[in-house]
Amino acid sequence: MNWTSCLFLLCSLMAGGFAVAVVLSSNIVRMAFYLVLSLAATAGLFFLAGADFVGAMQLMIYVGGTLVLLVFGVMLTAQSQFVQMRTSSGELLTALILGGALLVVLVSTAINVPAWQPTSNPAVDSATPVITATPIGMALEGYRVDQLTQPDTALRRGMSGYLFPFIIVSVHLLVVLIGAAYLARAKRPVVERMR
Amino acid sequence: MAHLLNQIFDWFAAWLGGSVANDSVAGYVVAALIYLALLLNLVAVGALVFIWLERKVSGRIQDRLGPTRVGGKFGWLQTLADGIKLLTKEDLIPGDADKLLFRIAPYVGFCASLSAFIAIPFAGRDFPFVAQHLNVAVFFVLAVMGLEVFAVILAGYASASKWSLFGAMREAAQVVSYEVPMGLCVVVPVMLAGSMDLVHIGDKQQGWFTNWYLFHDPFTFIVFWVYFTCGTASVNRAPFDLAEAESELVAGFHTEYSGLRWSFFFMAEYGSMLAVSLLAAILFLGGWNGPIPVASLLGLTWHNGPLVGYLGNFLGMLNVLAKAFLLVTVMMWVRWTLPRLRIDQVMTTCLKYCTPIAAAMFVGAALWHMTLPDRVFAGLLQSPAANRLLAEPLPGDSIQLDLQTVEAATIARGGRP
Repeated sequence: MNWTSCLFLLCSLMAGGFAVAVVLSSNIVRMAFYLVLSLAATAGLFFLAGADFVGAMQLMIYVGGTLVLLVFGVMLTAQSQFVQMRTSSGELLTALILGGALLVVLVSTAINVPAWQPTSNPAVDSATPVITATPIGMALEGYRVDQLTQPDTALRRGMSGYLFPFIIVSVHLLVVLIGAAYLARAKRPVVERMR
Repeated sequence: MAHLLNQIFDWFAAWLGGSVANDSVAGYVVAALIYLALLLNLVAVGALVFIWLERKVSGRIQDRLGPTRVGGKFGWLQTLADGIKLLTKEDLIPGDADKLLFRIAPYVGFCASLSAFIAIPFAGRDFPFVAQHLNVAVFFVLAVMGLEVFAVILAGYASASKWSLFGAMREAAQVVSYEVPMGLCVVVPVMLAGSMDLVHIGDKQQGWFTNWYLFHDPFTFIVFWVYFTCGTASVNRAPFDLAEAESELVAGFHTEYSGLRWSFFFMAEYGSMLAVSLLAAILFLGGWNGPIPVASLLGLTWHNGPLVGYLGNFLGMLNVLAKAFLLVTVMMWVRWTLPRLRIDQVMTTCLKYCTPIAAAMFVGAALWHMTLPDRVFAGLLQSPAANRLLAEPLPGDSIQLDLQTVEAATIARGGRP
């Protein structure tokens, strides 16, 4: 067994095992902690696949951002010391059916897509850094470095970049932020006028 | 390094009649253990030295002597004595605490602090001293250091104590806010170097101190100080140490901790101080390229043979460590000089000052870089040819970034090259 398989098994077992622990635990903060470990192991899988940028993104957004805010929210809103979540058997049944259906779809897809079959390509040489961020950055600006030899000239000329979807997403996020600030603003002056 | 180790193992195995493959797991495990031991030593011994230094610096600033007796002169063994005391202390866990999370929180913090060092290089050029040469090193370091807040939140929550919970909540609010201006500041050197690879960013500043990004233009000079302020805040040092404000919250998030678990929090804190300072040294202060390029003046480069080049890299490592230690000392100086801010003042500093200043300086630096490309030292000097020609290293087996083809395609489209 070579080293990549060892690390892959370790990371995937961690990701899967702690994901199960999230479901089985009833304490919200412990759930969040298990979720952190599961997502961090997923980031490890990304690093193992040579997708350094996505791995770092996973750590930054999900582990460092979303989950910190989740725990922060629990601490701000908790009425008792340690919040316990009780799930009824009906909820458990629904979740099992939904999760099982999703699992069946994902597993069948993973097995059936030919491009995802295991290859005999050698592992990435760890001595050289894999260039990941620069092509992503250029693709965001409209230059698809991997499309330079594309026979279709419309695709080659930079029309296939990600600038437009990127701008749409960022404007959408800006709208969400402004909306959140509007909802969360202090409403004191209005209250005083009503009195 | 793993390949070299596997070759050495193969050489030994040949004596016994066996052989070791070039990508065998043994070489990778041993290489990882060597890197881990070196980095662990840096963080742990660094913490020992910094705690002693903190006592001496605070003593001098308050017109005292600090520790003087343990270990003969200067009390230099004081931290070791403290460490032995901490080892023998009773390990207490509050009865109402969430025992699992309470036990695990210190290790989470220390792991996050140590993991940041994986991607931080200590010397560059042809043979970088770095555990894992990542293309997105800056981003990785920032992402991993952001995880440390999780340890503080877990510790505060699991302690089942009001002091701890208040400390943890302040910490969460503070660190999440300060990640924004810190990220904005870090983007400026990344933009100037054209890469997120820390080795590349350091190498781009090679030569005299005039090539440092600190002096690149007036905007980067200001950005450095904003970064340093945000870095101090992100590692909870005074004047931003609200999470452990000892005059208000007993000891904040680690009120209920004692003995070895408590000392793990301290090791994590000093480890992140060193990581933030190392990042500042590499991004703005030229990294392993000194004020005077001693190594290249003496001819200690890789062109003159591997041993000489290794010696030059070693000098570079001492250089970057000296800069980081200097910045840590400045953090101590600030801690014992300024009073603690209130939480609203902390938020005001972040949202009303650091973020807008960082954003404006980013725009300024971008415009400066566009109008005066290849100029350094506030635009007074021409950038050396070696630095201008330095492009991001392209490995053979990955995507070939042929910039000339990209430019030709752009010109064919009718756009500006």
